[in-house]
Amino acid sequence: MNGKPATAVDAPVPLAPPPAIAVEDLECRYGDTVVLSGVSFSVREGELFFVIGGSGCGKSTLLRHLIGLKKPARGTVRYSGENFTNDDLAARRNLLKTFGVLYQNAALWSSMTLRENVALPLEQYTTLNRRERDEIVTLKLAQVELAGYEEFFPAELSGGMRKRAGLARALALDPRIVFFDEPSAGLDPVTSRKLDELILQIRESLGTTMVIVSHELASIFTLADRVIMLDHEARGIIAEGRPRELADASDDPRVREFLTRGEEKAYTGASK
Amino acid sequence: MTAVATQARAETIAEGDDLVVTLGGDWRITGPVPAWRTARGDRAPRAVRFRVEGLERWDSSLVLFVFEVQSWCGAKTLCDTTALPDTVRRLVGQLEQAQAKRVPADHSRNFLATVGLAAIDVRRQIREFADFVGECTLSAIGLIKRPGRFRWRDCILEMQQCGAMAVPIVSLSSFLVGLTLAYTGAIILRQFGGDIWVADIVGLSTLREMGAVMTGVVLAGRTGAAFAAQIGNMKANEEIDALETLGIAPVDFLVIPRLVALTLMTPLLAMYANCLGIFGGMVVSATVLEIPPSAYWIETQSNIDLADVSVSLIKSVIFGMLIAVASCLRGLQAERSAAGVGRAATSAVVTSILLLIVADAVFAVLFNVLGL
Repeated sequence: MNGKPATAVDAPVPLAPPPAIAVEDLECRYGDTVVLSGVSFSVREGELFFVIGGSGCGKSTLLRHLIGLKKPARGTVRYSGENFTNDDLAARRNLLKTFGVLYQNAALWSSMTLRENVALPLEQYTTLNRRERDEIVTLKLAQVELAGYEEFFPAELSGGMRKRAGLARALALDPRIVFFDEPSAGLDPVTSRKLDELILQIRESLGTTMVIVSHELASIFTLADRVIMLDHEARGIIAEGRPRELADASDDPRVREFLTRGEEKAYTGASK
Repeated sequence: MTAVATQARAETIAEGDDLVVTLGGDWRITGPVPAWRTARGDRAPRAVRFRVEGLERWDSSLVLFVFEVQSWCGAKTLCDTTALPDTVRRLVGQLEQAQAKRVPADHSRNFLATVGLAAIDVRRQIREFADFVGECTLSAIGLIKRPGRFRWRDCILEMQQCGAMAVPIVSLSSFLVGLTLAYTGAIILRQFGGDIWVADIVGLSTLREMGAVMTGVVLAGRTGAAFAAQIGNMKANEEIDALETLGIAPVDFLVIPRLVALTLMTPLLAMYANCLGIFGGMVVSATVLEIPPSAYWIETQSNIDLADVSVSLIKSVIFGMLIAVASCLRGLQAERSAAGVGRAATSAVVTSILLLIVADAVFAVLFNVLGL
């Protein structure tokens, strides 16, 4: 070995860091109904990753499995290499605080003010005192352009503001990953675009990995680094890649049809 | 000058073996339209031919009419619709297709299957209730170990809601129950000249039964429904999911503060109800039976003791727990919809009252055995 320490040779080749999220052979069921089967994909650190597909294809189901609201029937979900789907409650709780979730209806706790909403994760997982917590709340609300709304209740805000407040709460613990469930649902196009800008801005400033469940084409094309498309009949992923490339050159007509709103189908139909 | 809409017409003329139907006028689904049965009379033509003459406006009523004629013709009689506007024919075609496509849906179940499913459901519900009680116990133990995590503020707010705010309705109901008991007792006791014993009847039955039970029923209806609706609504709005993904157990956060609040408030309200029940009896005695309040009070005191008070206290603590657990469970089980929240509230009240009555019966036996 020419005098080299044996360990240097025997040591495993340094691997690339594990992906932020690695899903292997996931099967999702509701009772006896298999919604998704054999789903495998991975999301890189800092990636803006979209899960797309038509209504009822299992997007939200996949999300609920990723964030631990449902237990998969089979398969594993790993966050930076750590298994999230095993039964070790302490390990799961440790992982839970590394991600934030923005729900479809923001899901702010309606009996609490925005300050209390954003502060609750901090109370739960940090030892910060009240003044420090308040400072972080102010900062997070300012990041989503809601400075000064600390004492408002969710019911007093508009839909777009509630979404942003939900995002502030999701960002409270500076998570490594943020999940979004249909972020533009129920928002007008302008508000929706502003939310997209906010998402990009946060990714740029914090380097957060983002997983977004959506079927909003405008957002998909402006934000997504990569998408996976789910299909109801295939019960799994039918395409994976950059949205623009999929729209232009996917072999699967279902994918092209979805990404072009079915207009491409009409076009090829006419050309035949 | 505005044109006056003419009434919808369907005139029938026999031409050889054929029947010619001439459609005209203004066909509105909201206005009067001719019926095919009266238009055709009892003729049995070989073919039906449509003609259009002065047809002004038309809507689904004309489509329905043509469809009815076509259905009547069936396969045996020829139905010639070529003279009708294309749109009418297309709509009739659509209607025909839609009728043919109807998917048979059979929701009926036989008697045995229904009974079987109901039995399985009861077993499932009992298991869920037991699981939930276990979960609450574990959570309570966890919170005793780390009292800093207990949400005192929510608990105090709930105490105000289910305790202080319930005082008026508890006052009224328990006072009236005391009053009714006194009247009922007086009917019999008067026959023996034992009017004074009304005090014993009212005192004993209020303390041992009515005070705690009436408070329980009022709280089941008032607070139980509110708990289930609040939690059910939070579930529909994904607020419970948001707690779970933060690693906060909904039981710690939502159920235990409510459970503690109701368990502390029910005995207080029950004691208050007991006092008002006795007061109700005293009012009847003083006004109707002419027993002075002092005599009534002395008689009451002579016949009730600390055991009766403790019976009332023990019962009300357990009633409070049962109502809180049942209502919170119903809230957490609610479907994610407005109707689901409504059903959860109803079911919370029904379950709470049912459990209350069962518990009361168990207590009756238990206290009898213990000689309390």
